[in-house]
Amino acid sequence: MIQNTVRSETWLWLAQRTSAVVLAVCIAVHLTTMIIAMQGGVSTAEIAGRISGNPMWLVFYGIFLMAVAIHAPIGMRTVLLESTSLSAKRVGLLTMLLGLFVFVLGVRTILGLYQMVPAS
Amino acid sequence: MTEEMLQVSVWKGDAKGAFVTYEVRRQENQTVLDLVTHIQRHIDPGLSYRFACRVGVCGSCAMTVNGKARWTCRSHVSNVVEDGRIEIRPLESLPIVKDLVVDMTDFFDKWAKAKGSFEPTCSRNDEIAAVSPSDKKRRLADAGIECIGCGVCYAACDVVRWKPDYLGPAAMNRAWTLVNDVRDGGNDERLRAVAGDDGCLSCHSQQGCVERCPQKLNPTMAIAGLKRETIKAALKGKL
Repeated sequence: MIQNTVRSETWLWLAQRTSAVVLAVCIAVHLTTMIIAMQGGVSTAEIAGRISGNPMWLVFYGIFLMAVAIHAPIGMRTVLLESTSLSAKRVGLLTMLLGLFVFVLGVRTILGLYQMVPAS
Repeated sequence: MTEEMLQVSVWKGDAKGAFVTYEVRRQENQTVLDLVTHIQRHIDPGLSYRFACRVGVCGSCAMTVNGKARWTCRSHVSNVVEDGRIEIRPLESLPIVKDLVVDMTDFFDKWAKAKGSFEPTCSRNDEIAAVSPSDKKRRLADAGIECIGCGVCYAACDVVRWKPDYLGPAAMNRAWTLVNDVRDGGNDERLRAVAGDDGCLSCHSQQGCVERCPQKLNPTMAIAGLKRETIKAALKGKL
């Protein structure tokens, strides 16, 4: 049991650091795109025009979302374990729910934008 | 010439104690340990504190001086005094026995938990291991070997304060010197010991230990080394 905890803690740590590297790249691409797109204001039609039906953006935001859904809950788990008296089990459950919530919301957003018909 | 007096506030009692302020004459080249010794010998014989060598070798006289953990024998009053006042408390994160004396049991038990003892791979009948002073591993071990076990890094570490089971900088610095000791055979077990939630992966790299270490060691770097080795072991399925 103790061995398993050591191993799982180590894998969680590695998953969080690896997802951080992915996030660094994704956030840079996302922000650069946003800054370019924001020139002259941004609209739903403009976003949909760029993203909908474009598999490259679908894959990009899919990877971005997975990195967020892995990175944020593990970080929240550490913060909660260090700063509250909640049990490890409860914190694990809470943050797993957070991860799922973020993932479902993200999938809905990405698929919604991908399938949106741009206004002509 | 008027004598300059120092206002020295010293913690008295256990965790529920309070500060008592003493007046001590300022002298040239006076250390914080000199102040405490003066108080104990001439003003308050009941004051408890620890010291042994007085020259920065034994690591027994660490206290919190004006809010910072320090070795008191080599902390000159001139470097720490603020407006003629000095506040001396026991080290943080360790239970107070009495006055300036803390119970170091947890601190040293964690060295054992981090597998901080040498695991020999040879017997006295074998050839003496030849380790070149310029060897990379030898140099990494050298960087951390001069720890005097004073507990200053442990008291300065925020993670120790948040997580009472966290092994702390000194124990992991020790483990790292052994990880780099080519004569040692206990690394698989040692990496398992330092890998868990109470080990190296919980270090926030805030470097309070580096900032305060009187020997100018870098436990944060040692812990970063342990993180790398731990991850390598995990990827190889050795954890």
